[in-house]
Amino acid sequence: MEPLLKIEKLVSHIGLFTILHDVNIEINKGEAVVILGRNGVGKTTLLKAIMGLVKSKSGTLEFENKNIIERPTYEIARKGIGYVPEDYGVFDLLSVEENIKIAISKKTTSIEDKIAYIFDLFPDLKIAYKRSASTLSGGQRQMLSISKVLVNENKLMLVDEPSKGLAPIIVERLARALREISKTTTVLLVEQNFALACAVGSRYYIIDEGRTVKNGKVQDLVKDSNLQKKYLGVT
Amino acid sequence: MDIFLMLLINGLAEGALIFLMASGLSIILGLMGVVNFSHGTLFLWGGYLFVWAYTNSNSFILGIASAVIGTFILGALLEVLFVRKTYGKVTAQILITLGLMIVFTDLVRLIWGATPLVVARPDFLAGAWRFGGAVIVHYRIFLIAVGITVAIGIQLLLTKTKIGMIIRAGVQRSDMVEALGINIKIYFTLVFTGGAALAGLGGALFAPLVGGISSGAGMSNQVLAFIVVVIGGMGSFIGSAIGSVFLGLMGALIAWYVPQLAIVANVTLMAIVLTFKPSGLFGLAVKK
Repeated sequence: MEPLLKIEKLVSHIGLFTILHDVNIEINKGEAVVILGRNGVGKTTLLKAIMGLVKSKSGTLEFENKNIIERPTYEIARKGIGYVPEDYGVFDLLSVEENIKIAISKKTTSIEDKIAYIFDLFPDLKIAYKRSASTLSGGQRQMLSISKVLVNENKLMLVDEPSKGLAPIIVERLARALREISKTTTVLLVEQNFALACAVGSRYYIIDEGRTVKNGKVQDLVKDSNLQKKYLGVT
Repeated sequence: MDIFLMLLINGLAEGALIFLMASGLSIILGLMGVVNFSHGTLFLWGGYLFVWAYTNSNSFILGIASAVIGTFILGALLEVLFVRKTYGKVTAQILITLGLMIVFTDLVRLIWGATPLVVARPDFLAGAWRFGGAVIVHYRIFLIAVGITVAIGIQLLLTKTKIGMIIRAGVQRSDMVEALGINIKIYFTLVFTGGAALAGLGGALFAPLVGGISSGAGMSNQVLAFIVVVIGGMGSFIGSAIGSVFLGLMGALIAWYVPQLAIVANVTLMAIVLTFKPSGLFGLAVKK
């Protein structure tokens, strides 16, 4: 079976600086894969490179067997890749309702059912639906950011550090929501919170200094305290 | 009281003209991050196209339509051929739009000559009402009505349509709009050409107000529009509307009561706003 997303020897840069030197990842349909690594190793850049938000110099970046390297961001999104950035990407000048409606693609059907599903997953958004997005808390902004992806039938969901800056109780709720989402959508999750990563992912890749250095099953990583200590700083 | 009413009407009419120019400039700057120094030339072309078409056809409506359509097309050409290549490169934008301003202003001189063109107001807008010592010119009331109509139209477009939603979202985060599968560049072109047509309309309506058009009109009105953008806040439509009205009223009142301050008033106001609220009165406190 061909992987849904295939990345080989990817080299990406921001301005003059090469951030990703050699990234190799394969994700199959239906999987929940986590990208782990310390701060500044290139995890966020990897997701941006997949979305075409940062330039890639060389390597392979294929989605459903089609090259998406150097394609414009909107074309990559239209192929069915949803992106939840680490800074949420919420539009403060719009209401919560408008933030969701702007995300609905022309291909999307059963919109009412999807909004009902979102409200079921994140009841906070139902209460705040008509409010300006600028009034939302950090946790609610994260929920809205995820909802903007869930409102469409995406084949792959890229989620960047959803736990960042959130209270533990909100992180727990997000973990539940992401587990629920991963039952129906392929998820690539970048996360520093080891507990959340383990709760959501079945396979992992570790990135260090812009290179994928390890990969395997999350359940094996949980048992390997040396690997955790070496690359993730988990003690 | 009569004089105050006259100054109020004069100020609001001036504000309406400034608004037609500043609203497009502000949204172009907010959405596309383009510092567009060629905006004044579109105002100028609007004025000359209007005078040319109105003089030849004797139809005020046809004159306005020529200005709006002509500057819409010119705006599209400028965006596609020049401005598009400079997204994200501020220095290049300033240089290329300043260059376009110079070239297209000289083109106006080449086509219509360096001598200002004279134009009269149409008969149906040529009169005035007198209240005691005050004279209320019909044409100024017409300008206010056009300004209000355009402002309501743009506000409805921005708040009630998906296009407006995308533009408002794009002003804040154009990269995240793209990540939703929306080709923001199409909206960039739409906003640029829409802003160009508004500037052209402004130029067309300006000419009969002052009795003609000269090749220096673009630059002087552009300066006013930039002051409004600074006062109102980059990318804020409401800010540009309120800033324009404020500048128009202030100009009318100061020109009447303290004319010796007329030249420095606008710049002083801009300096005060920049000192105490650098993002403008309605500036967007959002990540760009």
